[in-house]
Amino acid sequence: MLRRVLRTGLGRSLLIRELGASSGKGRNVSEMKKKIRSLLPGEPDNFMYDTRHLPPERSDVVIVGGGVIGLSVAFWLKKLEKRRDGIRVLVVERDQTYSRASTGLSVGGIRQQFSVPENVQLSLFSVDFLRNINEHLAVVDAPPVDLQFNPSGYLLLASEEGAAILESNVKMQRQEGAKICLMSPEQLRKKFPWINTEGVALASFGMENEGWFDPWSLLQGLRRKVQSMGVLFCQGEVTRFVTSSNRMRNSAGEEVNLRRIHEVHVKMDNSLEYQPVECAIVINAAGAWSGQVAELAGIGKGPPGTLQGTKLPVEPRKRFVYMWHCPQGPGLETPLLTDTNGVYFRREGLGNNYIGGRSPTEEEEPDPADLEVDHDFFQNKVWPHLAYRVPAFESLKVRSAWAGYYDYNTFDQNGVVGPHPLVVNMYFATGFSGHGLQHALGVGRAVAEMLLNGHFQTIDMSPFLFSRFYLEEKLLEQNII
Amino acid sequence: MAAPRAFLHLIPLKWNWGERGFRDLSGVTTPEASHRGRRTLLQFLSDHFYDVEFLREYFLRKQMQKLHLENGSYIRVQNKYGPDIAGAYFILKHGGAVKFRDMEWVRSDEWRHFIAGVSKFQAVPVEAVDASGCAINYDGLGNLLSLKELRSLSLQRCPHVDDWCLSRLYPLASSLQELSLAGCPRISERGLACLHHLQNLHRLDISDLPAVNFPGLTQILVEEMLPNCEVVGMDWAQGLRQGPDEQPQDAAGPIPVEPLAPGSRQPLCNS
Ligand SMILES: Cc1cc2nc3c(=O)[nH]c(=O)nc-3n(C[C@H](O)[C@H](O)[C@H](O)COP(=O)(O)OP(=O)(O)OC[C@H]3O[C@@H](n4cnc5c(N)ncnc54)[C@H](O)[C@@H]3O)c2cc1C
Repeated sequence: MLRRVLRTGLGRSLLIRELGASSGKGRNVSEMKKKIRSLLPGEPDNFMYDTRHLPPERSDVVIVGGGVIGLSVAFWLKKLEKRRDGIRVLVVERDQTYSRASTGLSVGGIRQQFSVPENVQLSLFSVDFLRNINEHLAVVDAPPVDLQFNPSGYLLLASEEGAAILESNVKMQRQEGAKICLMSPEQLRKKFPWINTEGVALASFGMENEGWFDPWSLLQGLRRKVQSMGVLFCQGEVTRFVTSSNRMRNSAGEEVNLRRIHEVHVKMDNSLEYQPVECAIVINAAGAWSGQVAELAGIGKGPPGTLQGTKLPVEPRKRFVYMWHCPQGPGLETPLLTDTNGVYFRREGLGNNYIGGRSPTEEEEPDPADLEVDHDFFQNKVWPHLAYRVPAFESLKVRSAWAGYYDYNTFDQNGVVGPHPLVVNMYFATGFSGHGLQHALGVGRAVAEMLLNGHFQTIDMSPFLFSRFYLEEKLLEQNII
Repeated sequence: MAAPRAFLHLIPLKWNWGERGFRDLSGVTTPEASHRGRRTLLQFLSDHFYDVEFLREYFLRKQMQKLHLENGSYIRVQNKYGPDIAGAYFILKHGGAVKFRDMEWVRSDEWRHFIAGVSKFQAVPVEAVDASGCAINYDGLGNLLSLKELRSLSLQRCPHVDDWCLSRLYPLASSLQELSLAGCPRISERGLACLHHLQNLHRLDISDLPAVNFPGLTQILVEEMLPNCEVVGMDWAQGLRQGPDEQPQDAAGPIPVEPLAPGSRQPLCNS
C-alpha cells in the first residue's frame, strides 16, 4: 500500500518535472498564474467552456469601431474616469487585421493649417500628445511606441485667387498658437529650388509640429495601453440596436420621440451566433461606415426635413495613394507639399521615394464598392500637375499604389462629435473626411468629457454637434487635402 | 572660428544624476534594457500582483514629472536678467557649460561665481553652449531658443534630445554655425531632415547616432541638403577596414574619457 502511494506520488512528480522541463520557465509561470486566477473568487469560471471570444453580457460603454478614433475615446474614458475601474468599456471591432480601416491606409499627416479654429486646436492638442506619447501610452515593461514622426512640415501653395484666404487662415492659425510662416514665390525658390513657382502667389509653411508619422504605431500603442487600462475588446460586427422610445413634448409643444439604446447585438465572425450586450452608452466610431451604424439605430428614418429624418451624412469615399520613385527628385528637406489644385506629395523614407495623390472632384468620384486602384487617375489627373510643379517628376516610376476610404462628411467635410439629439445615448466621433487620424486624440478627449461631465472642456466642440445637419449650418473646412 | 570650436576641448562633464535616475526604471528611455530577458524581482512581482504593477507605474510617472520639472521655463530669470542669462543659468543648472562673448567658459561647478557676477555677464551675449550629456528635453530646449547670438551648440550624448527637439532649432538659424548632435540616442534621420532651416551652419556633427537607420546614406543626403556645411559623420569606410580587436575598449561606456576627434569615433555598425 505504502509502496503504491509512493510510486504514484513519485510518478506524478516526475511527470510534473518533465512537463516543466519541456514547456520552459515562462509558460510554466503563466499557466500557474492562470490556474491561481481561475481559483480566486470573483473570477469567471473557465472550467466548463471558453467564452473569451464572446463579449461580456453588459458593459457601460460600447464603442463601435476599433480604429484610431474608437481607441482614443476608450483611452480618454479610462483616463478621465473618476475612480479606477469605474466604467466598463467594450470596443467592438469586426476586423482585427484592420484591412479596410482608414487608420492604417492613411498617409499619416498632421498639420495645423486648417481654416476652422477648432481643427487647429484639435491638431495642436494631438501634436502635444504625440510628442509625449511615451508618457501617455507608457505601459510598464513594454517597449516605447516608435511613432516615427517626420517633422518636415506642410507646404501649402495658393494661386492669386487663393492668396487672400490663405493669408487670413494663417493669421487665425497663428493666433491659435501654430508656427506657420508665409512665403513669397521668391523665398520659395530660394528654399526649395526644385519647385516651379509659376502660378503660385503665396505659400504657407509649417515650421513646427507638422509632418507625418506611422499611423499603425499609434494604433498599436493605443491598443496596448487601453488594454492595460482594462478596456475589453471583442471581434464581431454590430448588427442591431435594441431601442425603446419615449414620446415627449418640447417647450414649443411639439411632440418629440426620444429614444434610447438598451442592447447592442454583436454578430460573431463567420457564424450566425450573436451576443446581446446591455449597455448605457454607444459610441459610433465606425469611420467610413458610421452612416450605416447610425441607420441601425434608426437615425435618419423619418419624414424628410425633420430632425428624425436627418441622416448622419458620412459615407465611404475612395481615395488613391500612389508611391513613386524618382532619382532626381527633391531631397531630405521635402515637406508635404500641397499644390494650388489639391495635388499633394511627400517624401517616403530616404531612397528617393515619394507618395502622393489627389482628391477627385464630385464627378470623378470612384465607386467605393471595393478598394481597387485606378492607375489612369494618376496618369491623367495627378502626374501632369506633379511634373508641372516639380519638373524633376517628369521622369518618375510608379512603384505601388493603394486605396483607402475617407470617412467623408458630404455636408461640410468636418467631424461630427457629441450625442445625437434624439437617440440620446448614441455619441458620434466620426466624419473627419481625411483628417481624422491627426484629430483622433483631441476628439476622443472631447467625447469622453461630454460623456463624463456633460460638456466640452479642453476644446469647445459645440460647432461639431449633429444638430448642425438639421439646422443646415455648415461648418466648412476649406483645407481638405 | 576659435571660440565655437572650443567645446570640443571641454573637460567631459559629470554624468547627470537626473538622467540616471530616469533610466533605471523605465522602458521609455531605454527600449532594449527591459527586454533583454533580464527579469528583475520587481518585474516578476508585477506580473503577479496588480498592486506592484500599479506602484511601478506610479514611480515611472514620478520620474517623468521630475524630468519635466527640471526642464521648466526660467521665465522669471528671463524677465529680470534677459534671455541670455536665463539660458546660461538653465544650462549650468543641468551640468553644462556656457561661453559668453570674449570671456572664458563657465562650467556648472562655477555657477555660484556666475550668479555673483551676473551683471558682468549681462552685458554680453552667450555665443556657445555645451550641453553634453545633460538631461535637456523638448521643453527645456525652449530656454535656449532666444539666444540671438548663439554660434555654437553642443548637444552631444543628450539622452532626451530627439527629433522633436531638432524641429525646434530654427529660431537659431540666423546665428548658429556649429552644431554637435554626436551620440544622441534618440535622433534619427527624420529629425536631421529639418535642419535645412539652419542655413548658416558651417559644421554639423552627426556621428554615432544609433537611431539613424542608414548612416552612410543619411550623411550624403544631409550634405546635399546643407551644401555649405561640413558634415562630420561616422566614417563608415574606416569602419569596414577596422578589425574587431582594434576597437577602442571603452567604446561601450557612456562617455569616453577624452573627447574623440571627429573621425576617430567608433563606427556605428560595430557598437
Ligand atoms: C488615403 C487616405 C489618406 C489619409 N491621410 C490622412 C492624413 O494624412 N492625416 C489624417 O489625419 N488623416 C488621414 N486620413 C483619414 C484618417 O485615416 C481617418 O479619418 C481616420 O483613420 C478615421 O479613423 P476611424 O477610427 O474613425 O476609422 P477606421 O480606422 O476606419 O476605423 C473604423 C473601424 O470600425 C470598424 N467597423 C465599422 N463598422 C462596424 C460595425 N458595424 N461593427 C464593428 N466594427 C465596425 C471597421 O472595421 C474599422 O476598423 C486618410 C485617409 C485615407 C483613406
